Amino acid sequence: MLQNMFRGGRRYWWFLAMWAVLVIIGGIAYSRQLTEGLHITGMSRDVSWGLYIAQFTFMVGVAASAVMVVLPYYLHNYKAFGRIVILGEFLAVSAVLVCMLFIFVDMGQPRRVLNILLHPSPHSVMFWDFLALGGYLLLNLVIGTVSIEAERKESAPPRWIRPLIYLSIPWAVSIHTVTAFLYAGLEARPFWMTAILAPRFLASAFASGPSLLILLALLVRRFGGFDAGRQALRTLGTIVTYAMTINIFFVLVELFTALYGAMPHHVEAFAYLFRGLEGRAALTPWTWAGDIIAVACTALLLVPAIRRQERWLALLCVGVITAIWIEKGLALVVAGFIPSPLGIVTEYAPTLPEIAITIGVYGVGGLLLTALYKLVLSVRERLQSA
Amino acid sequence: MDDSRRRFLKQLGCTTVGAGIGLPVLGSILPATNRTAARATAPARQWALIIDVEKCLRADVRRACVEACEREHNVPRIPDPDEQVSWIWDEAYERVFPDQVHARTSGPVREAPVLVLCNHCTEPPCVKVCPTEATWKRETDGIVMMDMHRCIGCRYCMAACPYGARSFNWRDPAAFIAHDERGNPLSEYPTRTAGVVEKCTFCAERIRNGRPPACVEAVNGVPGGEGALVFGDVSDPASDVSRVLRERNTIVRRESLGTGPNVFYIVPDALPAVAGREGA
Repeated sequence: MLQNMFRGGRRYWWFLAMWAVLVIIGGIAYSRQLTEGLHITGMSRDVSWGLYIAQFTFMVGVAASAVMVVLPYYLHNYKAFGRIVILGEFLAVSAVLVCMLFIFVDMGQPRRVLNILLHPSPHSVMFWDFLALGGYLLLNLVIGTVSIEAERKESAPPRWIRPLIYLSIPWAVSIHTVTAFLYAGLEARPFWMTAILAPRFLASAFASGPSLLILLALLVRRFGGFDAGRQALRTLGTIVTYAMTINIFFVLVELFTALYGAMPHHVEAFAYLFRGLEGRAALTPWTWAGDIIAVACTALLLVPAIRRQERWLALLCVGVITAIWIEKGLALVVAGFIPSPLGIVTEYAPTLPEIAITIGVYGVGGLLLTALYKLVLSVRERLQSA
Repeated sequence: MDDSRRRFLKQLGCTTVGAGIGLPVLGSILPATNRTAARATAPARQWALIIDVEKCLRADVRRACVEACEREHNVPRIPDPDEQVSWIWDEAYERVFPDQVHARTSGPVREAPVLVLCNHCTEPPCVKVCPTEATWKRETDGIVMMDMHRCIGCRYCMAACPYGARSFNWRDPAAFIAHDERGNPLSEYPTRTAGVVEKCTFCAERIRNGRPPACVEAVNGVPGGEGALVFGDVSDPASDVSRVLRERNTIVRRESLGTGPNVFYIVPDALPAVAGREGA
């Protein structure tokens, strides 16, 4: 079965080559980071987490969103997702790998990363996040490969896979909840210390993940000649609409609590994002752009006549992903550090090598995703022609 | 793909993952059961430091203290404030005690320099979040210790510390460490590598030999600085720190967070304007 990944047409190899270039660029930058240390990034004493951890947070959401196809298909026997569910599972596999790599490249001493397992610390949320992500990766890898293998043999999947699939549903929720708890349990960071963080993470995940899946399904249809089905995309569009609406509601709830209560420590990070503090406002244009895109896309998604046109749906999905990337992959992590607990406003901007490493990590994810999707396409192509 | 190859790959994958995760976890859970037993019998001692803010208004007192610390621990002096490594340094009063200043607090009070360092909290948030036990609260004497050889450099502790007391080695500190004329570091204290977090350890290496922390010894050597820092066991009612805590009105940083700092401050009634801060 695996050999399907190593045989393919010119287009497939071009895709792989494109990702490989990104990986090489990232690898070169990372080797510099290994020898010179993390000072080549834009992070600092005050803003000690940056682009890497923010990308990790964003991609955990993408990984968790597989549940939005798994749950309707396996729990509600929603047949329209029959052809897309494997795409969701393999997207989760690639996304979790990307998450783990982002944690890895953020480490000051990456060679010691296994210390997390050598000295397990149940009091640390990071230990649980490590287990949650690792488990989710394994679950989806096993479920995905066993399903596609059964499909290839034109037989029913083995019965033992069923409980694993059911387990993967709460597990998906857990990975993003635990990731939110990484932040929400810190008394030093009032911006993150809010009970709405985990629900917000989930809502935005269930908007951005299915959006990405819609775009991938459209790409696969165009370049891979495999149609996931019109109905599947429509239903995903509805899921994105609901999730995005709930996400905006959660953000407004958070804003009300912080701004109406107006306790300085709660207001400061929002003031930094929306207005800037002490004349420093690097994230202000991003914040406004993200929020305007989010509201505009949600408004358009709410109109069924617009959402059902695939051209519009694709555009709105790009918008949703952009808005949520700005929210989670940029603003949320950095604003937690501004101002610092001592009230100092230090801004952050990623450096070129940092951006290169980030692109390289995404390249690894793209490489794996392309290979896994190729596997699915080859198996289905053969079934169709047979 | 033929069946035997697939089976081999499967078995290889399962064995690697199983051994890679299972063995280390098993190996560390076993000794962990003994650790909890030791905790119950450990003596409850807690080192603490009291800082007399008024006496530390003098720049020479603060400088002596910061320099002694940096010499003792080979702390690198990195000019870029974004990459600075600081164990003890000073900050403006309003930054140290944000809950003690208000709209009408005078300028000199806001600007007064106050020495800050790790608070060796009773409930340290950094210890709670550390995923490798590279930082831990020592049961015998309450020092929040730091193992720079175990730290993986994830900086979760820096996100968790509400006092900004932790520094990361963004680069190799070797080039920024002071050396004597023979090219050796000034102290035998191990120098650090890039990629690990460090902070004040209440001079655990000196306490072990019955000596006070370097900063405390240094201020006592400055005329007029005697008693600017008082160090001792806060759980011993007869200690100097317990006596000062009984006699004087002391405060801690951000008490409302519930971390229980063990660095206390004696704050004077009035703070005159002073120029210049150390190591900030």
